[in-house]
Amino acid sequence: MTNVEVSNLCIRFGSNEVIKDLNLEVHAGEFLVLLGPSGCGKSTLLHSIAGLIDVAAGSIRIGGKDMTWAEPTDRNIGMVFQSYALYPTMSVEGNLSFGLRVNGTPKSEIQRRVLRAADMLQLTPLLRRKPSQLSGGQRQRVAIGRALVREAGVFLFDEPLSNLDAKLRGELRRELKLLHKNLGSTMVYVTHDQVEAMTLATRIVVMRSGNIQQIGAPADVYERPENLFVAGFLGSPGMNFLDGKLTISAGSAIFSALNMSLDVGAYDFRGPAATGQDVILGVRPENLMLQHDGAWEAKVSLIEPMGNHHVVWLDFGGTSLSSIVSGALSVAVDQNVRFSVDVSRITLFNRTTEQRL
Amino acid sequence: MNRKKRIGPARWGIYAFLIVSALFFMMPLYIMLVTSFKPMEEIRLGNIFAWPVSFTVEPWVTAWTSACTGVACEGIRGGFWNSVWIVVPSTILPILLGALNGYALSFWKSRAADILFSILMVGAFVPAQVMMFPLVRILATLGLFSSLPGIVAIHTIFSMPVMTLLFRNYYQSIPQELFNAARIDGGGFVRIFLQLMLPLSTPIIIVAAIMQVTGVWNDYVLGLVFAGRDNLPMTVQLNNVINTTTGTRLYNVNMAATIFTSLVPLTIYFVSGRWFVRGIAAGAVKG
Repeated sequence: MTNVEVSNLCIRFGSNEVIKDLNLEVHAGEFLVLLGPSGCGKSTLLHSIAGLIDVAAGSIRIGGKDMTWAEPTDRNIGMVFQSYALYPTMSVEGNLSFGLRVNGTPKSEIQRRVLRAADMLQLTPLLRRKPSQLSGGQRQRVAIGRALVREAGVFLFDEPLSNLDAKLRGELRRELKLLHKNLGSTMVYVTHDQVEAMTLATRIVVMRSGNIQQIGAPADVYERPENLFVAGFLGSPGMNFLDGKLTISAGSAIFSALNMSLDVGAYDFRGPAATGQDVILGVRPENLMLQHDGAWEAKVSLIEPMGNHHVVWLDFGGTSLSSIVSGALSVAVDQNVRFSVDVSRITLFNRTTEQRL
Repeated sequence: MNRKKRIGPARWGIYAFLIVSALFFMMPLYIMLVTSFKPMEEIRLGNIFAWPVSFTVEPWVTAWTSACTGVACEGIRGGFWNSVWIVVPSTILPILLGALNGYALSFWKSRAADILFSILMVGAFVPAQVMMFPLVRILATLGLFSSLPGIVAIHTIFSMPVMTLLFRNYYQSIPQELFNAARIDGGGFVRIFLQLMLPLSTPIIIVAAIMQVTGVWNDYVLGLVFAGRDNLPMTVQLNNVINTTTGTRLYNVNMAATIFTSLVPLTIYFVSGRWFVRGIAAGAVKG
């Protein structure tokens, strides 16, 4: 079991500072997902842990040892790439065993590890094939296998599923989760896909322009986003936002916007909130319910059938809101409907700092 | 088939033009072949297009075994073997070095890589004649002047820009992730080159080999200056055969010797036309 400690990390490309003063600890045995939009530095961070990018300042410790300037191969890591990066001229077996052959591992040991990995990933019948004779899913399995045979302390995944089609992605996602459960190794996984992040992670690290926005368990990050960015990035469709004002008087707190007012007295404020300040109310689509006796009225602008549920888009005084309706749908486009909000699951943000209140 | 293939006047024009051009460019080859099989009496009649009446292979035998290249009269077979001895190392060495250069420039990027590459490219535009005398002095100092290693070194040096460009462009199209994967697997500079990149380079190696073999085989000036008396390549020997006049000019022997000399590049062009075009395209478009 190996942990990774990244402290005060800075990475520059020319004069461009991609990552600035970043601190992160990956606990031993956890599945840590780095999540963020493209260009947020998540892949750069992963590559620096792998030793493929030079660090400008700071240190990286893997398993307690300082690896900041160690060669990639000496870092006790295995890595899986987005483009699979299989050696085209070698067979599957050759691909799996290359690293071990380089390190001069005894033949019998190579044999044992290759067969074990192949067995784990259902690659045994494919060992003699060349990568060009494999499907996308099989190729990525080989790439995972290549990382497995190293029996490394930390596995690094750089968007490994984004080149696959939706169905295969789901399958391999489950296989990865199972693999983590069986091996119990430390895994660091980069993705921009929030579904992958939510389903796989022990902890999610949400990143934006080289900074960590929030670290937490998937449910935590989803339910209690630190700021507006995290709230908007997770969830599909995204969280609904309503601009309004907060009025606090004698122990009660009222959020008011347009022709709507909501008693948010039950909200778990982080600190004392000032009355009269501009705030943003965040409501997840599943917590915005269409009800006959709902407090507010809006017009249905669009309905998206998703098979097992519908996403109903509402026009609420010019603001677009979405609601997830499971089960039978009783509304139609252009119809006026009433809705209510589950106050226990809302989030309030300061409008200027965009931080959670 | 309902649609009739109709060949319009424009088509006819194009075909006529192509056929005429082909004939025009084939003409010298035809004359050479025909002349090389004629005895001298027939050549003296002056009908250069005429088919040989008394067919003879004597000129071919003479050209190969006993034509005079200056003082010695041993045919141009010596030149043929000299050329082979020059071409083989002058193909293998530049390809290996060019591949190594291209690999280092593409994957082991140092700060100076781009500058180095630019200098190398500028080198490609300096005419060989400018460097001739300095190189003669350098090789003389090193004791390599007029020797086989000397001429091989010269060919290797002059081919470096093109070989490097060819391989660098080829390696640029290989994903960086592949290289990264190999580094994590523990491959060093040499191992990644030999076990991963070189096996991937077969197409570009073929292209480079074709360019190098034809280029070195057709070279005249470098061979004349640097190879020395004992290693004169076939092109130089051919020139000597043709310019050695004792009595009458043996046109048939000259023609046969010329065809012998051009046989290697001709064969390569015919066998590997597709690859050759690909090589030119690889050098031109991506550069």
